Amino acid sequence: MKIENKERKMNVRDYIPLGAIIIVAVIMLLIFPDRIDAVTNTSRAYFTEMIMILPAILLIMGLFAIWVSKEIVIKYLGRTSGIKGILLSILLGALPTGPLYVAFPMARALIKKGARISNIIIFLSAWACIKIPQEIMELQFLGVKFMASRLILTIIFVIIMGISIERIIEWSNKGKVNLKNGR
Amino acid sequence: MNSTFILINIFALGCLTFAFIKDKTKTKQSLIVAIKSFIHILPTVLIIVILIGLLLGFVPSGEISKIVGKQSGFGGLLLIALAGAILHIPALLSFPLAASFLKSGASVTAVAAFITTLTMIGTVTLPLEIKELGKKMALLRNGISFIIAIVIAIVIGTIL
Repeated sequence: MKIENKERKMNVRDYIPLGAIIIVAVIMLLIFPDRIDAVTNTSRAYFTEMIMILPAILLIMGLFAIWVSKEIVIKYLGRTSGIKGILLSILLGALPTGPLYVAFPMARALIKKGARISNIIIFLSAWACIKIPQEIMELQFLGVKFMASRLILTIIFVIIMGISIERIIEWSNKGKVNLKNGR
Repeated sequence: MNSTFILINIFALGCLTFAFIKDKTKTKQSLIVAIKSFIHILPTVLIIVILIGLLLGFVPSGEISKIVGKQSGFGGLLLIALAGAILHIPALLSFPLAASFLKSGASVTAVAAFITTLTMIGTVTLPLEIKELGKKMALLRNGISFIIAIVIAIVIGTIL
């Protein structure tokens, strides 16, 4: 009951900005009626394009979210390293599963299991911005050239970032140990 | 109708059929998750769609390209990257929005920066990230993400 209530409240909160923008749009179109065609045609075209593709994407995400359990991801990422670890981090992060905040507790569990920091960062970043559903939307709306070049660049830089952050954290931890020993 | 639309829908139906044969209860759960997320995302879809309509219908393309177009320089790029980092728009819906930016005169570089910071950096989820991973790791990840988003955007702007 309580959860249902909370969900309903969330949904109501989502509709307030929608109501606001509808009011703004109506007022603007009343003042400038010559723009009605341009605005409604554009909105309708984008809405059609989104509604043709979103249900399928959300369905795929729902299936993966239920089928690929957290435990499986943690199990595989916890024990691999090297190039295989990097590739697996990207792949498991890119799977069409839930939003980013689901991934943080998983990353924490991975740290506790002793997984490499580089892999955890790569996994989180892949989860945030190399997700398969996002790539599909990007392909649909921005074209294959844009999507493919951004994907390749993102993969390269995310790997570099993961390795750099691991180095920085290890280096700063070492610094702390030395400082303590010095005292 | 285009090929992305056909492929993704065939793929989704294929997955659904396969899942249904394998495990009916799990498939039902997945469907409920999908329907709930659809209901959840729908108001934002409508907001984005109206916003795009207003943007393309009212703002002359010259105005947008002055701020985030080819001639706007590094300041415009930083501005849109910062907007992407702060705004909380579902990643899936940032792509149609980005497409409308492009149409209204924003540069490829600016659009790439916007999408990349929007997806990589989460200011709303940052407190949770700090709580789960510690301040050092969370701040490093978000900070370096901002820098590489700018670099990625500049490279894309040069090659496309």
